[in-house]
Amino acid sequence: MSKFPRLALAVAACLAIFGPAVAQQQVLPLGRAALPAEIAAWDIDVRPDGQGLPAGKGSVKEGEQLFLEQCAACHGEFGEGAGRWPPIAGGVGSLKSESPEKTPGSYWPYASTLFDYVRRAMPYGNAQSLEADQVYAITAYLLSMSDVIPEDHVLSKENFAAVKLPNAGGFFDDDRETAERQFWGREPCMKNCKTEVKILGHARALDVTPDEKKGPKVD
Amino acid sequence: MDSDNRNRQIGRRGFLAAAGAGASALAGLTAGTARAATPDPAITEVQDWARSLGDGVAVRPYGNPSSFEKHVVRRDVEWLTASRESSVSFTPLHDLDGIITPSGLCFERHHSGIAEIDPQKHRLMVHGMVERQMVYTMSDLKRFPGRANRVYFLECAANSGMEWRGAQLNGCQFTHGMIHNVMYTGLPLKTLLDHCGVRTAGKWLLAEGGDASLMTRSIPLDKAMRDCMVAWAMNGEALRPEQGYPLRLLVPGWEGNMWIKWLRRIEIGDQPWHQREETSKYTDLLADGRARRFTWIMDAKSVVTTPSPQAPLAGKGPQVLSGLAWSGRGAIKRVDVTFDGGRNWRQARIDGPSLPLSLTRFYAEFDWAGEELLIQSRAIDDTGYVQPTKEELRQVRGVNSIYHNNGIQTWLVRGDGQAENVEIS
Ligand code: HEC
Repeated sequence: MSKFPRLALAVAACLAIFGPAVAQQQVLPLGRAALPAEIAAWDIDVRPDGQGLPAGKGSVKEGEQLFLEQCAACHGEFGEGAGRWPPIAGGVGSLKSESPEKTPGSYWPYASTLFDYVRRAMPYGNAQSLEADQVYAITAYLLSMSDVIPEDHVLSKENFAAVKLPNAGGFFDDDRETAERQFWGREPCMKNCKTEVKILGHARALDVTPDEKKGPKVD
Repeated sequence: MDSDNRNRQIGRRGFLAAAGAGASALAGLTAGTARAATPDPAITEVQDWARSLGDGVAVRPYGNPSSFEKHVVRRDVEWLTASRESSVSFTPLHDLDGIITPSGLCFERHHSGIAEIDPQKHRLMVHGMVERQMVYTMSDLKRFPGRANRVYFLECAANSGMEWRGAQLNGCQFTHGMIHNVMYTGLPLKTLLDHCGVRTAGKWLLAEGGDASLMTRSIPLDKAMRDCMVAWAMNGEALRPEQGYPLRLLVPGWEGNMWIKWLRRIEIGDQPWHQREETSKYTDLLADGRARRFTWIMDAKSVVTTPSPQAPLAGKGPQVLSGLAWSGRGAIKRVDVTFDGGRNWRQARIDGPSLPLSLTRFYAEFDWAGEELLIQSRAIDDTGYVQPTKEELRQVRGVNSIYHNNGIQTWLVRGDGQAENVEIS
């Protein structure tokens, strides 16, 4: 059902003023056509099938150099994370453990996400400063840190789609409505619902600084 | 019936009588009213503010809260993140009432700090699988017919995320404060999408922000057409910079990260993009190592805001328990509260609007004789979803999920009125 029934009517009424809503010239004269150069400037997203990848290439070796200069201060020389900055390599095999480490190599389903994210958001504080070849090189370096590609690899627009991440099959779509259907439609107990109540744990006081790596995370 | 229970019952009956019968009920209450030994100087002495002139009208051109309310602020937990530009500050839920969150107290979550955008230079581009790829200015948007006002909650998927392994943070500001509820003004996204003419192959859209993180999320087209909006105002005035000024996407009932701030671009495509915020983040890792993705809807949840660790009970006698409930699937139908850790429950009193996809305010008046309380609330929405306990959630999800922790919260209230975040059996 439409959330905006009255609005639909209003728009319909409004379009009626300008004539039938089908023909292009009847579209409300608001906004303007986007120019190809404008779309190209902003449309930098990359999909898993490779759509959106720019022309270019970069080697693991070039990536290592760039990474040491521009990324390692926060993410560590090997992507292991310096201090509390996020680790972006390693953690393979940790997903079922007490402290899962979710990195492109251990968790991310698609290499395109790494390319896309570095290109749009990194280095932190100097985003959108890397050339396409540099993003290929850095992506290659990070993938080699997670043993996804060999150290002599040159990553390019042409061979990108062949890169498969180990955890690509590790995801499934939201199924809470079936997997958790027991949370629906139950009649909640109101009286004498349990016999005893034990306190199992107390909050850690706010002023206690937890161990840096073990502490709670905001993602 | 033990004396604690009797007290609470009397308290409840007293309230009902007061609500129903007005003056006669008040007369009934005077029997237990305290008496002062000496006259109160707050009454007998002329106070400064009752003698001299206060500030004139031009002194506070944009009004602020009373200087006695300085403690009511967003707070962060410094050790949570490496950098305050990618961090979170929490809404002080324990200091607020009603359902609308004041704009300046709405929690913040940025990934590259607050972008300060000149609205004259702000553009919204809509492109991809559309008949007309368009650019709109803010003034274009404000000239479209069909402007709408809607109240919606926005909850971060990681709200209460620190509590998966047990009670961690002491205060509902920190355990539940990644939520706010605001009246937005803007346009249904459908109006813009229809203006551009989505091609039949278009099934998804990518929304992108204009800050230094260029935040992106994939959103299915049917949701975008159903109730998403682009908003430029909150609570009657322009969006605050930290909430995405000059333009924000609203994705009602769905996780806050999708509500792209500083919205500058919408691309229509035939597949999701699998961006960083829908793969690395905002996917729910289960105990078996697999992860649930596209978990957009925020399930029904509630929390008692007073009493709570930051809002202890001031003394024995009549008390007003107050709290918030919400559901990303619809409206809140009922809220139950318990004072004895879930042995017995009673229905709370909902007051004020109970709108779909909005915070709902509840109260439960009770009388307190100083006994230890274990307080919880349980929300039920109009799809019949009953808020689960934290243990029930752990049984189906494990403890590594980070996101979507909507389990029932427990506050232990001690004899001195102080409250603590605890977990109980
Ligand atoms: C000043 C510190 C800093 C520098 C330098 C930096 N980053 Fe980051 N990086 C961050 C922060 C902070 C985040 C998390 C941002 C957020 O919360 O959204 C991050 C996130 C990431 C992520 C995603 C991690 C995840 O788990 O989702 C990747 C990949 C990444 N950075 C790569 C890089 C690369 C490549 C460079 C160099 C070109 C770089 N970073 C430079 C601070 C830094």
